[in-house]
Amino acid sequence: MYIAIAIVLGILSLIGAYIALHHEKLTVAIIATGLVSLFASILFLLLAAPDVAMTEAAIGSGLTTAIFFYVLNKIRQRNG
Amino acid sequence: MVKKFFILLLVAGMGLIFFDLYQAYNSPESLSALGEYYAQNGATDVGAANLVTAVVVTYRGLDTLGEVSILFLTAAILSFGLSFRKEEEIEERELRQTSEILSTAAQVLTPIIMLVGIYIFMNGHLTPGGGFQGGAVMASAVLLMLMANPKLHISHKVISFVESVSGVSFILIGILGIVLAGGFLDNRIMSLGTFGTLLSAGVIPIIYIFIGLKVGAELSNIVGSMSHNQNEK
Repeated sequence: MYIAIAIVLGILSLIGAYIALHHEKLTVAIIATGLVSLFASILFLLLAAPDVAMTEAAIGSGLTTAIFFYVLNKIRQRNG
Repeated sequence: MVKKFFILLLVAGMGLIFFDLYQAYNSPESLSALGEYYAQNGATDVGAANLVTAVVVTYRGLDTLGEVSILFLTAAILSFGLSFRKEEEIEERELRQTSEILSTAAQVLTPIIMLVGIYIFMNGHLTPGGGFQGGAVMASAVLLMLMANPKLHISHKVISFVESVSGVSFILIGILGIVLAGGFLDNRIMSLGTFGTLLSAGVIPIIYIFIGLKVGAELSNIVGSMSHNQNEK
């Protein structure tokens, strides 16, 4: 059961990573990056590392996504 | 075309290296000598129900100190790199109104997320998680506040006060360990207490409170200065 969930999560994070690399819209790409972190944090939980999962969920998918959006907004302002 | 060929070559080479590593790996039957020592003596030496915390805060406490200082350096470099103009020169940007769902949800959720963060680092020696995780959760509460109200100004005085006090206290507790107990960051300067209760594991809960406050303040500072930088034209 755990293995099935882990495989599904792995495939989902691969899809997320592909979208993050190849989508034209940068906002979609940033959201996809956050999703990869979210799937990774669930994987860490399944692998019995709840403390790493907490860090990944809070920093990887929360703070980093927001910081990427802040930076994207700033770049857009500069380029007019 | 040539570039793609090199990328493919690189990927194939990496695959070869990792395949080699994978082939050579066979899972060990028993723990290594160090791991076995931690597993057998962790509970009696340190008194923490969560063995990960015993390793992170006491056995390898110096690494945690390094981790915290790297984070401090990151926050410092970031605020150095983001140029701040004087308050009078800033042309305020017109911001769109935040949606009602977000602002209402932020009012309800922010205290709860803060409380979860405090719970995580208070119970670091009993349940998974600890200062770093709790601090990160608290910083995400600050982020939610900033998203609901972009004009919110996070006081740098308060943040740097919390950060400096907790950093200095962390190191002072470590030095007290040299004077009163076995060495730097030894947790036995207070009695170990009853195994598995909130006030146990010597000085670990206190160290984790300081680490949690420090990490929370640093990450909030990063998010706060990024957000403050957004408001100018």
